[in-house]
Amino acid sequence: MLKKIINGWAKHQVAVTLVFLAFLILYPVLFHSYYLRNVAIQCLIYSLLSLALNLIMGYTGIVVLGMAAFYGIGAYALALLTTKLGISFLPAVALAVVITFCFGVLLALPTLRIQGNYLAIVTLGFCEIIRIVELNWVSLTNGPFGIKQIPAPDIFGIKSIFGLKLSKPEGKYYVVLILLVITVVILHNVLNSRSGRAWKSIKGDPIAARAMGINVFRYKVFAFAICAAIAGLAGAYYAAYTGYVDSTTFNYNQSILILSMTIMGGLGSIPGSIIGAIFFVILPEVLRWLGTFCGEWIVEWRQIIYGLILVIMIMFKSDGILGGFDLRQIHLYNKLVKEKEAEEKQNG
Amino acid sequence: MHFQQLINGLAVGSIYALVAVGYSMVYGVLKLINFANNAFMVAAAFLLILFYSTWHLPYGLAIILALVLCAAGAVFMERASLNPIRKKNAPGISALICTVGYSTVITNLLLYAFGSQTIMVPFVLHLPTFELWGAVIDPFTLIILGTAFVLMVFLTWLTYGTKTGEAMRAISQNTQAAKLMGVDVNKIITLTFFIGTACAALSGIMIGIYYSAVDTTMSFTIGIKTFAAAILGGIGVLHGSLVGGLVIGLLETFVAGYISAGYKDAIAFIILILVLVIRPSGLFGKPVQSKV
Repeated sequence: MLKKIINGWAKHQVAVTLVFLAFLILYPVLFHSYYLRNVAIQCLIYSLLSLALNLIMGYTGIVVLGMAAFYGIGAYALALLTTKLGISFLPAVALAVVITFCFGVLLALPTLRIQGNYLAIVTLGFCEIIRIVELNWVSLTNGPFGIKQIPAPDIFGIKSIFGLKLSKPEGKYYVVLILLVITVVILHNVLNSRSGRAWKSIKGDPIAARAMGINVFRYKVFAFAICAAIAGLAGAYYAAYTGYVDSTTFNYNQSILILSMTIMGGLGSIPGSIIGAIFFVILPEVLRWLGTFCGEWIVEWRQIIYGLILVIMIMFKSDGILGGFDLRQIHLYNKLVKEKEAEEKQNG
Repeated sequence: MHFQQLINGLAVGSIYALVAVGYSMVYGVLKLINFANNAFMVAAAFLLILFYSTWHLPYGLAIILALVLCAAGAVFMERASLNPIRKKNAPGISALICTVGYSTVITNLLLYAFGSQTIMVPFVLHLPTFELWGAVIDPFTLIILGTAFVLMVFLTWLTYGTKTGEAMRAISQNTQAAKLMGVDVNKIITLTFFIGTACAALSGIMIGIYYSAVDTTMSFTIGIKTFAAAILGGIGVLHGSLVGGLVIGLLETFVAGYISAGYKDAIAFIILILVLVIRPSGLFGKPVQSKV
């Protein structure tokens, strides 16, 4: 069943992508409710985060348990740049991405020599340290009160294009959609380039990769920094979207949520990450809706269900629903098989 | 004043040491970072409250039941999930993520059953505090420190002085070879989980009594700090974990007392990162060379 869907998808890859993109573009036109638009924005933010984690975990094989750290750094960077320095949205986002990129490099340089399991714990510790700093550096981050009144997205002071107000949910939706599309296009190209192949080979076997002349350490640092930068981008957008940041958003549970999305969707699969993000954002909303029928208790089971999904996925398909399926390879393979069959038929 | 800080630091440190010793033993055998360990630790304190305060069972029986239930939970986790994952030869990180999943489930089940507020942990003995050179000492601190020490001696004896321990060490070196030598690998691993989690559960109950309160967030805060303690002492080295726990407790208390209370929770993580970067084998561990 899954195989059939995947084969069909591989055959009509471009069409599927275009239809999905068209749906995303038309979404605010189709759905007018304030609630549904905000849920969609959440889906897209988490898609960015899940993609970031997938890059490092699915393609390079490094497990990061502290994604919320970079998410938080990006959010705080944008909040401080716009409220304290008065920089407008776009340059502030660019700066926030650069800042998180630098944090990624700074963390990666000393820690990437550490063995896999320990490294996961180090990123978890890093996330806690960042959260504690966010909470206690009151003169910079306003401590537990957070930073309020972060201006909504704008484009160099222009607050509406074609009658679309960027401070309204539909405007904010298109901003994050554009950010996501740009990220996916860049990621797709990087992953099919020399660097992408280097990352995959490192995941397969770091020692063999080194023997092939790949500078394993440098590529790992590069992947780590890009992962941090994408999470920072998501954080920067999040700050402008909600207009308020505080340290409680960027905790351990957030990291585990992002981890669940990536694992559920599929390691090493861009559409997988997006599917995982959509699933985990919609799940609590569906549970809330179910709660109106069978009682409130089901809403409180949300976290328990997250945990169960994590356990079940790891046990039965540890690389996620779409993990291990390279659509391009499957398409090529199917095409070759068909050609071969046709050839054999011709020959008799 | 300084002496009081020292005493407080040792008190907190002995708690970390207590948890770290049990944690370290399981890691020594299985090379598994077990996140669920922390969840079972907290679960034991909650179960004690349920058995003693709600069901009015005798105190000793309530403690034993809590320990056995937690250990049985860990054995279930091993049998239902970790064992199949190990059989599939999945990368080590799969098992870690699996325990993360279990810890999420257990913590949130507790949250659902007991609520998010802090709950009193009952204690039957009333030990009077006493003064020593101007510092107030809670005698329960000494009990915790003593338990940590006894546990360390017991577990060291278990791993280095018994046939079972020999089997454990054989498994940790080479599971296949151990199997060929007639070691019942599944049985030994299950036993390790049982003992390790019972230790965690015991420490959870003692922590609950010491703070006279328990809440689900302790699973994360105390759990990760004890991991830092185990790493600092050299994970798998039991006396190292004891020292590591005490050092982290002392540092934390001194930072809270002399630098800033807000940053005290960051100390354990900073130490964790520093140790892993500078000397991954810890204070007492032997450096391991990875082979190609």
